[in-house]
Amino acid sequence: MAMDSQLITQLGDELYEALMARKTLAPLTSRHAEISIEDAYRIQQQMIARRLAKGARVVGKKIGVTSRAVMNMLGVGQPDFGYVLDDMIYSEGQSVPMDTLIQPRAEGEIAFVLKKDLIGPGVTNAAVLAATEGVITCFEIVDSRIHDWKIKIQDTVADNASCGVMVLGDRLVDPRKIDLNTCGMVIEKNGEVIATGAGAATMGSPVTAIAWLANTLGRLGIPLKAGEVVLSGSLAALIPVTTGDNLRATVGGIGSCSVRFV
Amino acid sequence: MKLDQNSVLRLAEHLENCELQARDTVKITDEYPDMDWDDAYAIQDEIRRRKLQRGARLVGFKAGLTSHAKMKQMGVSSPVFGFLVDSFAVSEGSELAVKELIHPKVEPEIVFVTKAPLRGPGCHVGTVLAATDFVMPGIEVIDSRYRDFKFDLKSVIADNTSASRFVVGGRAKPAADLDLRTLGVVLERNGEPVAFAAGAAVLGHPAAAVAMLANHLGARGEEIPAGSIILSGGITEAVAVKAGDNVKLQIQDLGSVSLRFN
Repeated sequence: MAMDSQLITQLGDELYEALMARKTLAPLTSRHAEISIEDAYRIQQQMIARRLAKGARVVGKKIGVTSRAVMNMLGVGQPDFGYVLDDMIYSEGQSVPMDTLIQPRAEGEIAFVLKKDLIGPGVTNAAVLAATEGVITCFEIVDSRIHDWKIKIQDTVADNASCGVMVLGDRLVDPRKIDLNTCGMVIEKNGEVIATGAGAATMGSPVTAIAWLANTLGRLGIPLKAGEVVLSGSLAALIPVTTGDNLRATVGGIGSCSVRFV
Repeated sequence: MKLDQNSVLRLAEHLENCELQARDTVKITDEYPDMDWDDAYAIQDEIRRRKLQRGARLVGFKAGLTSHAKMKQMGVSSPVFGFLVDSFAVSEGSELAVKELIHPKVEPEIVFVTKAPLRGPGCHVGTVLAATDFVMPGIEVIDSRYRDFKFDLKSVIADNTSASRFVVGGRAKPAADLDLRTLGVVLERNGEPVAFAAGAAVLGHPAAAVAMLANHLGARGEEIPAGSIILSGGITEAVAVKAGDNVKLQIQDLGSVSLRFN
């Protein structure tokens, strides 16, 4: 049975206030074991609505829980998604102030910039490629408003898929010119190679991940719009970060993205 | 050297017999805890001599333990090296009988084929690339002769760094046309992608492993002859295989190579 809307609103508000105050909450699932994934998305909607009411704009979407390992850890068979807002985006060369985050970790990803709307159901990988203006190397700095990342799938979904901020590289490359399935990613932290990965790490292909999102959102009546940035999921291990760290991700055939934490 | 010549001969014969008869053994340092690095390579050299004496042809070399993180973990500053003879080569698309082996695992590798001799000391990434004819994908089948893969580094070196079989295939390309650091690697087992990485997982650059091999051989008065095949080191964790498995390696811009086990 779905939770009553008053409780949904209350939990969404709690998450929004935790985000604003850079504080964490006990896992929602520890207090309300009955939360379903659908409930969690309604809580997410409330948290986002509060941010939009303050003037933020939706500029894209993100996909999370895209690797088999993370799906197994959270006991789910599919990814999740969240909203990307304009105030989350940093560009290549900018520094991310640590005091705007709570317990950040970095994920190296490939971001898609759309030139046409993608409205599921029925979106194929071919349609994704045809609707993509270009792909960019990016970091998603995930963050959790839940104590010590003690999340179940419902907790992370409610918390906007644990989205924090993101840093976009500055090379936009035509996806027709690269094999997104095999393109490699190298992540360096303070000059040391600490993780590598490849495109297939996210759902077998980043393109498949975008098609999944378009079809999932389509069933909910939400479009992926031309001009939006869509993050396709982590390609390598999660990297803990702290003040002073300098990270660089490079994707073969696309380019690199770097970020400093201050 | 801590071992006498008789012990070296006896251990080499024992380890090679284990390889040829597909049976396992306890690690040799149990019996000889004081053996040193030179002893370990002396045993490996004796295994090589036995094979060549029976008519085998030396076709190349391999590097192992090529991740900085693992080297740090094991407290060493150099990878380990082994040799390859013609009987280790398996042809692309063919089947390998698991019963010929003890407990095989596969590793995806970037394979170098040389066109000029490489002689250390003083070899570096540049000299390696200059001496490289082309690179191509390769699957190495490792099969430690030690029970349950319980070993230490000296035992591994004596056991020819677990070398067993290898297959090369896919597309051969001049290394100068590729960024070997960001080259993506996807390993599939029975159609499911199971391991993802990029070239930089091998010592920051796979050619660095070849340079260290040349310097290692140079210190012992040997060189890498022109026309050698060099397996530059596992790019991901080794993946266990069993009869019926089909393994496919895709490398960005280098096509794919596969191997079936029966």
